[in-house]
Amino acid sequence: MLSTRSIKTTAKAWAIDLAIRMVDLTTLEGADTPGKVRALSAKARRPDPADPSCPAVAALCVYPSMVPVASEALRGSGVHLASVATAFPSGQAPIEVKLADTKAAVAAGADEIDMVINRGAFLSGRYQEVYDEIVAVKDACGGAHLKVILETGELATYDNVRRASWLAMLAGGDFIKTSTGKVPVAATLPVTLVMLEAVRDFRGASGRQVGVKPAGGIRTTKDAIKYLVVVNETAGADWLDPDWFRFGASTLLNDLLMQRTKLKTGHYSGPDYFTVD
Amino acid sequence: MFEYAPAPESRSIVDIKPSYGLFVDGQWIDGQVRDKTVNPANEEVLAEVAWATESEVDAAVRAARAAYENVWSTMPGRERAKYLFRIARIIQERARELAVLESLDNGKPIRESRDVDVPLVAAHFFYYAGWADKLGYAGFGASPRPIGVAGQVIPWNFPLLMLAWKIAPALAAGNTVVLKPAETTPLTALVFAEICQEAELPPGVVNIVTGAGETGHALVSHPGVDKVAFTGSTEVGRAIARAVAGSRKKLTLELGGKAANIVFEDAPIDQAVEGIVNGIFFNQGHVCCAGSRLLVQESVYDEVLASLKRRMALLRVGDPLDKNTDIGAINSAAQLERIRTLSEIGSEEGASRWSPPCELPERGFWFAPTIFTGVTQAHRIAREEIFGPVLSVLTFRTPAEAVEKANNTPYGLSAGVWTDKGSRILWMADRLRAGVVWANTFNKFDPASPFGGYKESGYGREGGRHGLEAYLDV
Repeated sequence: MLSTRSIKTTAKAWAIDLAIRMVDLTTLEGADTPGKVRALSAKARRPDPADPSCPAVAALCVYPSMVPVASEALRGSGVHLASVATAFPSGQAPIEVKLADTKAAVAAGADEIDMVINRGAFLSGRYQEVYDEIVAVKDACGGAHLKVILETGELATYDNVRRASWLAMLAGGDFIKTSTGKVPVAATLPVTLVMLEAVRDFRGASGRQVGVKPAGGIRTTKDAIKYLVVVNETAGADWLDPDWFRFGASTLLNDLLMQRTKLKTGHYSGPDYFTVD
Repeated sequence: MFEYAPAPESRSIVDIKPSYGLFVDGQWIDGQVRDKTVNPANEEVLAEVAWATESEVDAAVRAARAAYENVWSTMPGRERAKYLFRIARIIQERARELAVLESLDNGKPIRESRDVDVPLVAAHFFYYAGWADKLGYAGFGASPRPIGVAGQVIPWNFPLLMLAWKIAPALAAGNTVVLKPAETTPLTALVFAEICQEAELPPGVVNIVTGAGETGHALVSHPGVDKVAFTGSTEVGRAIARAVAGSRKKLTLELGGKAANIVFEDAPIDQAVEGIVNGIFFNQGHVCCAGSRLLVQESVYDEVLASLKRRMALLRVGDPLDKNTDIGAINSAAQLERIRTLSEIGSEEGASRWSPPCELPERGFWFAPTIFTGVTQAHRIAREEIFGPVLSVLTFRTPAEAVEKANNTPYGLSAGVWTDKGSRILWMADRLRAGVVWANTFNKFDPASPFGGYKESGYGREGGRHGLEAYLDV
């Protein structure tokens, strides 16, 4: 119901620019190469080469092996470099491997780590184990920001999503994130609503603010604006900032750029006027 | 920066005539006495309508009688069903027009008229169309007979939906009807008359007589009426019961309510808060089954109240045609006065009043969403139906106390229970003396589900198989 508000003109332009600034531009493929990552880094710096007023995205999100390349390509841009770690996407590896994975990514230049929780432990009720792992990974991150991926599509129920959100926040996560994008059900508005309620309540209880990142399945500007309305009316305007809300997405960016141009010029350009990287 | 822009639904889709007559025997007749109906959101006059006199009501009842004797009661059920299906489809085709008109005349937000009222109206006609040729299987004998001419009087809170609840089962069972819509909201009923013409319903099967209390009195006390159905206030319901007492007329009444919405400590609080908001602020609280008494378990009282206030601050009150609007206009000056009076009494009796900061339009009839805390069972705002966006908050300690307080009212239309525990839902539902008990939801309606009251909330059921009983000679 909250997503049925109407956003137009100046508010829409502001929302589109904000959404661009919130994008974690992502490539997580087995086929990723240095060339692909360099191309995406360029896109992250200047999403719309035809328009210098277009803001850069929040971060580039890659596999640990691609961090050195991305770190080089993003140097001096202000775009954060996020790396997935901890045996992404399944998380099914010994804890030592997960920590080594994390440390390697940070050492190579990642300033944000997207970890996955141990769903095997969570679903069998071993919450302490999940919590301890997050604490250990947070420790391994050093100064890097930690985003905790709950993989809500595998947790299945809202009760689980809320419980996992609290576990991640109590364990020291800086962000809670919905999905890896590698299972059939990725981010949904209701799941994001539950997580936004969780961060709102967590701040009320502890005073610490935690960010939220829906990832996967958000492809259009219209969807992105719906999410922003829900952020605004659930967690509050404090979260309408790239430090506190991100979109994990790749195709979303070009739709945002297309709508941005439409709003500025009054007409739609074809998809060929926006770069595909 | 993140401001919501107005997104008003265009009213060009409705074509309101400057003046409407009465729909009798398939024809429009002028009517001798006339009055105006206004848009409660800005007090603009929408149209002039007739207020039917005794002789005009008499003509309508005679037309209904003739249609009953000659056409409708002898028509096979499957043929009647065809007309009802046709009406349902035309309602769907004209859904947007009906939604806009309903919001204009009633003041309810377009989101509700568009997403709740009109879809349910169509669903009711579809549902009862399905029963028309299966009455022998409804559990009232092999070939139950209709009653005759039904005189129906409906309220202003859900004008078209209440019309559907009354007309669909009556027609499906083989009765003909004379229906009087409320004097402040006659327009969608008049468009429904047009729909009956469009569906080529035989003349006299549906007659619409607009007007106020006198018209209603003429209708229910008319000797040619076999069955009276009324939805509205308990006060008028009593008068109608007196008027038909000692006659052969069958009577069903759906009257007021003062429902308890009960939140246990194990309920998902955010979800419960949505349900509380839906329970009392849906349709500006102009809902007979509104959850107007919130009973919160003391252990979660602070948390629930804080969440509720935070949520209420997000409610948008304003132009009913704006798609962003959550709460529309109060239906009439008289109703607004009643809400104000009872709210003042609430403050005088010592309850604390709270409303979120909210700007109300200057013209029209408006009342900010309001909650009263520190309310006890002895307060008038905990006992009397306010019929507005005003919630009385009480607390309880144990399930038994919740039941005792919930049942401690002359009414008994609905109740809500919020808990994670299934066994507690069943335990509560067994003990609550209310016609409808919602569990972890509120204000949910479906044509297949019977609806009606205990005690002073009335008798008889509408909807579902049970709803047929009121229109069959059983």
